[in-house]
Amino acid sequence: MAAARALFTRKTLPSSSSMLRNPKPFMATALTSASTTTTHTRGLQTFTLPDLAYDYGALEPAISGEIMQLHHQKHHQTYVTNYNKAIEQLHNALAKGDASTAVKLQSAIKFNGGGHVNHSIFWKNLTPTREGGGEPPHGSLGWAIDTHFGSLEALIQKVNAEGAALHGSGWVWLGLDKELKRLVVETTANQDPLVTKGASLVPLLGIDVWEHAYYLQYKNVRPDYLKNIWKVINWKYASEVYEAESSESTA
Amino acid sequence: MNKHRTQNLSKLALALALALEGRGLGNVAPSTVSFFLANKEGSKVNAKFELKPPPYSLNALEPIMSQRTLEYHWGKHHRSYVDNLKKQVVGTELDGKSLEDIIITSFNKGDILPAFNNAAQVWNHDFFWECMKPGGGGKPSGDLLALIERDFGSFEKFSDEFKAAAATQFGSGWAWLAYKSSKLGVGNAVDPIPLEEDNKLVVLKSPNAVNPLVWGAFYPLLTIDVWEHAYYLDFQNRRPDYISVFMDKLVSWDAASSRLEQVKALIA
Ligand SMILES: [Fe+2]
Ligand SMILES: [Fe+2]
Repeated sequence: MAAARALFTRKTLPSSSSMLRNPKPFMATALTSASTTTTHTRGLQTFTLPDLAYDYGALEPAISGEIMQLHHQKHHQTYVTNYNKAIEQLHNALAKGDASTAVKLQSAIKFNGGGHVNHSIFWKNLTPTREGGGEPPHGSLGWAIDTHFGSLEALIQKVNAEGAALHGSGWVWLGLDKELKRLVVETTANQDPLVTKGASLVPLLGIDVWEHAYYLQYKNVRPDYLKNIWKVINWKYASEVYEAESSESTA
Repeated sequence: MNKHRTQNLSKLALALALALEGRGLGNVAPSTVSFFLANKEGSKVNAKFELKPPPYSLNALEPIMSQRTLEYHWGKHHRSYVDNLKKQVVGTELDGKSLEDIIITSFNKGDILPAFNNAAQVWNHDFFWECMKPGGGGKPSGDLLALIERDFGSFEKFSDEFKAAAATQFGSGWAWLAYKSSKLGVGNAVDPIPLEEDNKLVVLKSPNAVNPLVWGAFYPLLTIDVWEHAYYLDFQNRRPDYISVFMDKLVSWDAASSRLEQVKALIA
């Protein structure tokens, strides 16, 4: 499986048109969570790229297949590769008692590990429109959104405004503050995960506003990307996380 | 205190403007110095920021940097930094200040004010366009090469360090070759605590809009834009390829050498 993927990632990227005629069968596997997608090499845990639960072209026209393929196969893969590299270097440094090298590795671990964590969430936050993408949340998350933001529309406006205003690369999040039991909209820079904005924050929905997430299709017009991405947002996933996390916090 | 600070800043701007107008430096293209031009003679003139075109046509860097990239990068990104800066500055106390003054004032010692990102990005892009030329690349010559060899060991070592800085800038940002001076550029002021590593060339990287002007005593000679918009249409995720080909085929070492001459005149 790993070998097959390695072969696949080395393949030249097909043009978007040929790719759309022959979408690659990237389906969900038994591996459900990025944090569990690990293999062992010489006793050291390493991470692997999680599969998507939908084809690269399945989010069109909101997000092009070409963007999805590059984003998953190249960008996310690079975070995984560099995260594993940094972890191995850390492992070696610690084995030698080399504290200063261990400290020096922290920024690469945070950046690449954050990139892996954030993208793993992002893929689950998306789903094709015909499979329920964009369908507003029902149940307790829907209620909570109305309570905290007035309406889903008001929340979307807030996320879009904060995502558009973020200078440089980063993420805009809808999170649950488990301590204050309320929903929050936050942005993080680069690949900082939401938890860097507060230990009690759990991500329900993260939108990647790095230029690589939209440039081939939307160019400099990030607000249009943000406007369209809601058509493929998987509110069912966000609701499940919300319900699991809120019941856990009240337990 | 404010008055004193303003005077110092305008002295700095004046010194830069005079030095960079290149007394006796006949070979300096006007476009190379214009982005340093400040409110000369300390007079208050309304800042007129405009979208300055690159010193070559938009298809001149083909096939390395496509016309399409420049149409978006210059025609959309750079333009919106200029337009947004104008809106932010008009009617505020920043109105009438030079671009450099706005950058330093709004950097606000790291606690940045709203105008900073647009002001610095206008400056950075003006500077970046002039760091490239059709048929560029290769090696510098003369004093610049000598300094690079002195401070990095060899041109290849410098090149590796510059490329590594550009490749490892997490997220959006810039990599720089700069001259670090122990002089502050204000009249005859000298850095009270000059460090050993002063008066030499250094490679730096900076996040988002930040540039070496805000750190004081750094004089940029060369930069590369490593925001994804700079290379995504041509290179997609392959930032290292973009950086290599920038060094091999695009860098204008003439521009970097003229800047070094300007800096030497300024801090002499
Ligand atoms: Fe991304
Ligand atoms: Fe740029």
